[in-house]
Amino acid sequence: MTTMTTPTRPAQIATDLSRPYWDAAAQGRLVLQCCAACGKIRHYPRLLCDSCYSDTAHWVPASGYGAIHSWTVAHHAFHPAFADELPYVLVTVDLAEGVRALGRWRGDTSLALGLRVRGRFETRADGVDLVFEPLPDQDGADDVPARAPER
Amino acid sequence: VTLRDKSCVTGIGETAYMRGSTKTAFELQIESSLKAIADAGLTPRDIDGVIPIGIVSGTADDFIENFGIPDLRFSALVPHGGASPAMALQCAAAAVATGACNHVLITFGRNVSAAANKAGARIHSMPQFHYVTEFEHPMGASAPAQLYAPMARRHMELYGTTVAQFGEVAVACRMHALLNDNAVMKKPITLEDHRNSRMIADPFRLLDCSLESDGGAAVIVSAAERAGDLRHRRIFIAGVAEGHPDSPGSITQRPDMTSLGIAKAAPRAFRMAGVTPADIDVAQIYDCFTYAVIRQVEDMGFCAKGEGGPFVEGGRLQLGGALPTNTHGGLLSQAHVWGLNHIVELVRQLRGDGGRAQVPDAELGVVTGYGDLGDGALAIMRRG
Repeated sequence: MTTMTTPTRPAQIATDLSRPYWDAAAQGRLVLQCCAACGKIRHYPRLLCDSCYSDTAHWVPASGYGAIHSWTVAHHAFHPAFADELPYVLVTVDLAEGVRALGRWRGDTSLALGLRVRGRFETRADGVDLVFEPLPDQDGADDVPARAPER
Repeated sequence: VTLRDKSCVTGIGETAYMRGSTKTAFELQIESSLKAIADAGLTPRDIDGVIPIGIVSGTADDFIENFGIPDLRFSALVPHGGASPAMALQCAAAAVATGACNHVLITFGRNVSAAANKAGARIHSMPQFHYVTEFEHPMGASAPAQLYAPMARRHMELYGTTVAQFGEVAVACRMHALLNDNAVMKKPITLEDHRNSRMIADPFRLLDCSLESDGGAAVIVSAAERAGDLRHRRIFIAGVAEGHPDSPGSITQRPDMTSLGIAKAAPRAFRMAGVTPADIDVAQIYDCFTYAVIRQVEDMGFCAKGEGGPFVEGGRLQLGGALPTNTHGGLLSQAHVWGLNHIVELVRQLRGDGGRAQVPDAELGVVTGYGDLGDGALAIMRRG
């Protein structure tokens, strides 16, 4: 009888550019790159602001609020580390800050475009998962900031 | 200045397609290249330009050394996955139109049966997937099926596109594969078979997904004035263009995730050729997934955005339909060699060599490519 070991997930490897994102994520905070020159928020991290071409950016906290843009349900594990989790749901979310995030779905509500959600980080053995769940009050416009707080 | 009718596809070659080939990717690439060169009526030493597709097999240097090419005057790499072959047509057309060289070999070989080449593992070492590798792969969005599925789901939610419409694409390709001795898939399928096939990444079922194949394919693009005394009637590249989607490295961040790069390229190619989609007799549309065909007929202007689903209904893509598509069986049912087989098949159709799948009087056709996360290209060809 052989001892089965759980395959390890693909590693979350930060680059020099993205390290502040992962450092914040490890502390449970979602942060986004913000152009120091013109204030445009960008994600995923990149060198230049595509609006003003400044290469200077700082990191601002995101509200975590957003809405479902699309989704998929994985029924086949293309990487062995995910086989035990099937089926799992991946959601693409329009964040209130104007960029998107991909995350795992933690709701049991049936999904629909525009469903209002909030994200948070879950800790796992080898990193973090960004997860989203539905807001309890889908009609409560007040709980979702239309824009990111001013920095 | 235009590339219209400045170049011709003069040679085509393919290996047998299969799973479990004992040949290396480079052996398959060389075999198909020699067939394409012979089909054109050229010798290997006549090749003075080469575009190896992808970086999975031979380099330009390998072709100089194996073919004894005395003076290779042009080489290029086009690193955009399945869009690369159709993009390479534009690259080759530009090269021969300017006189940089006369005969460009576009060539590809792959052996995916090696364990290290499985789709879910392969892409994460490629630089164009670095955002996926860092931000999405670790959460379980690993393979193209999982990365493209949100595009298809959003299209379904916005426009009412249905599972049965995806099935229409799968059934048409399979019907055509049954007419092709060099197609991997041999059994007929129905819309019910499609609907009942196991779910891979919702909304993609198994029969929405293309094959993984071993094989090689190659074409020769020659300057139009050099093509007249070769073996076959001239097949002109009348219009050709490539286009890249916004946020090419991340579908998640794309402003309109239901739009592909080919939406930008198609108006350029049709304008160059001086024709409209209504003029097209036969189409070879990159079919990594059934949804990709529905998306591309919209992006090319065969129908309005959102109407790709109804467009493919009623057997329109089948032989005898208004737009016979993927008459070789496509990536879904013939073989997956990054769409070079689509270019080969379009040339075959326009020569009138389509065999049992020949579209009667096919004079004008279109072939598309789709690569990585939505890069696109198309070529409109006409028989001379």
